[in-house]
Amino acid sequence: MDFWIDDIGWPFIKIFIIANVALMMVALLVWAERRVAALIQDRLGPNRVGPLGLLQPVADVIKLFLKEDLTPGHVNRPFFIIAPALTMMPAIISLAVIPFGASLIIADLDIGILFIFAISSLAVYGITIGGWASNSKYSLLGGIRSTAQMISYEICLGLSVIGVFMLSKSLRLQDVVLMQGDGIWLFGEHYTGIMGKILDWNIFKQPIGFILFMIAGFAETNRTPFDLAEAEQELAAGFHTEFSSMKFALYFLGEYAAMISIGAITVTLYLGGWTFFGLENLGGSFSWLTQILIFAVKLLALQFFFIWVRWTIPRFRYDQLMRLGWQVLLPIGLANILLTGVLKLIFKV
Amino acid sequence: MEPIFHDLLAAGGGHAVAFYACSAVTIAAAILMVMKKNPVASVMWLVLSFIGLAGIYVTLQSYFIAVIQVLVYAGAIMVLFLFVIMLLNLRREDIAKMELPKVPFAGVIAAILFFVSVFLVIKASTPAFEKPVDALLGEPALAGDSVRAIGIPLFSQWLLPFEITSVLLLAAIVGAVALTKKKL
Amino acid sequence: MEIHIAHYLIVAGILFSIGLVGVVVRRNAIVVLMCLELMLNAANLVFVAFARMHGNMQGRIFVFFAITVAAAEAAVMLAIIIAVYRQRETVNTDDMDIMQG
Repeated sequence: MDFWIDDIGWPFIKIFIIANVALMMVALLVWAERRVAALIQDRLGPNRVGPLGLLQPVADVIKLFLKEDLTPGHVNRPFFIIAPALTMMPAIISLAVIPFGASLIIADLDIGILFIFAISSLAVYGITIGGWASNSKYSLLGGIRSTAQMISYEICLGLSVIGVFMLSKSLRLQDVVLMQGDGIWLFGEHYTGIMGKILDWNIFKQPIGFILFMIAGFAETNRTPFDLAEAEQELAAGFHTEFSSMKFALYFLGEYAAMISIGAITVTLYLGGWTFFGLENLGGSFSWLTQILIFAVKLLALQFFFIWVRWTIPRFRYDQLMRLGWQVLLPIGLANILLTGVLKLIFKV
Repeated sequence: MEPIFHDLLAAGGGHAVAFYACSAVTIAAAILMVMKKNPVASVMWLVLSFIGLAGIYVTLQSYFIAVIQVLVYAGAIMVLFLFVIMLLNLRREDIAKMELPKVPFAGVIAAILFFVSVFLVIKASTPAFEKPVDALLGEPALAGDSVRAIGIPLFSQWLLPFEITSVLLLAAIVGAVALTKKKL
Repeated sequence: MEIHIAHYLIVAGILFSIGLVGVVVRRNAIVVLMCLELMLNAANLVFVAFARMHGNMQGRIFVFFAITVAAAEAAVMLAIIIAVYRQRETVNTDDMDIMQG
């Protein structure tokens, strides 16, 4: 019965572990967002429910469950119902190819990164259809804005990672992780000292690509400074104005799930994934636990950065957003590919 | 993933199940796409149809093409359609303008075309047509590294068409901007 | 239950026929364009099926090019539809008869 154990049993256990870790992270993020916002604005934030307010997300979800699920009469019902689910799904599905540990990967696809891009390119439908189905001016404007924004920044997202794959010579994400942190190759010599290992992370080898990827990642997750789709002050919450109760909760959690998935991709591509200079082998047969912990710590540090940016930088104007995407980030992304090729030839990495 | 997925398919006729499921989704969604009056509904059904088609490509072990299908068709081209429909704010197509007399006519043409194509498939079929897909050439180059297998011929043997495609895309960009801009 | 290449060809035939019906029946230029895309995809499916049968890459590379060309074609066609809509306030193919003698 090897078939049942290897092809059915293990994948299900992995899916169970990864889905639970991811959803727990989402809940933790909801809490962290409010606490960090409070920290930045010199307030306390939610601290009453559970220790440090950690149970606040549970209270929030119970509240949202018990609220009336209002469906306005003027909406397009079928689309109104599926739209929130369409935002949540791609973020969760793209976790399937991300390596959380040496063996903790649901599907080690040869086309790993392309799979992620293919799935996350479907995320735009949730917001667009939600805005359109609501049949109200603000929602439609939010939906149209976000469509234009997401398809513009997807190009930048795709261009920014090409440098990484020029270095790793493989689209398999596990190969990208293993390529980082084992010492840098310069002029045919292998430097395996601690500095060589640190500099082998893609964030140091691809700094321009990393910055581009982060900017495009903020835009893809519709977070400040790119949250034009929901812009409270202009559009009264934009595409999700008409949604209430669990439909709203799905949009709300979908945004955080998208943050987790973009963060996990960043950790994998630029920050060494589940490795940490030999620390990942600690714990013998339980080293997978160490690996997932390393991954989680890196991911949470990155999420802190996401939240930090949100509460620091104001929103772009729409024309600024489009000019930044097409006239600044796109040429820089193309130049980065050329530069990577030239430097690769010079340094023989 | 490929070995696991392939074993799963090979065991217990999984391949057939996957093929019939994906085909059913693709065809049903395509029919609904044609029948829906609301253009936004048409777009969403066509997206589902393209995702089903990507599933069919997976059963043919064309993982790269399957991903490109979702990435380009479902994720980019159909978003463009949706965007244009929203921009023009099209609502329901006027039912009176459906020109019903044409429907049976189109049905007859489609039926004839379909039966001709099936007839040709049967008529032209070689023994290779009748071989189960699972028993076809194993394509060892494809099993582990499909991106490499498609990339090497693309950038050597097919380099000129590849470059011409980029010129074509440039022409399309210029054309689209020239057509839609009110004042150049 | 064995699947042959012929099964794939029949699915492609069905998809092509559906697309053709759509092109003839529908009056909305955007939906007509979508039906054209469906017909293109039916052709792509045939290419991939034969590539699988012969066990080589040429069919797949052709599909790769076909998808690229389809993207360019869709962009230009939609631009034409927008330009027509500006002039005539319609996307109904029956109303686009200004060239009719």
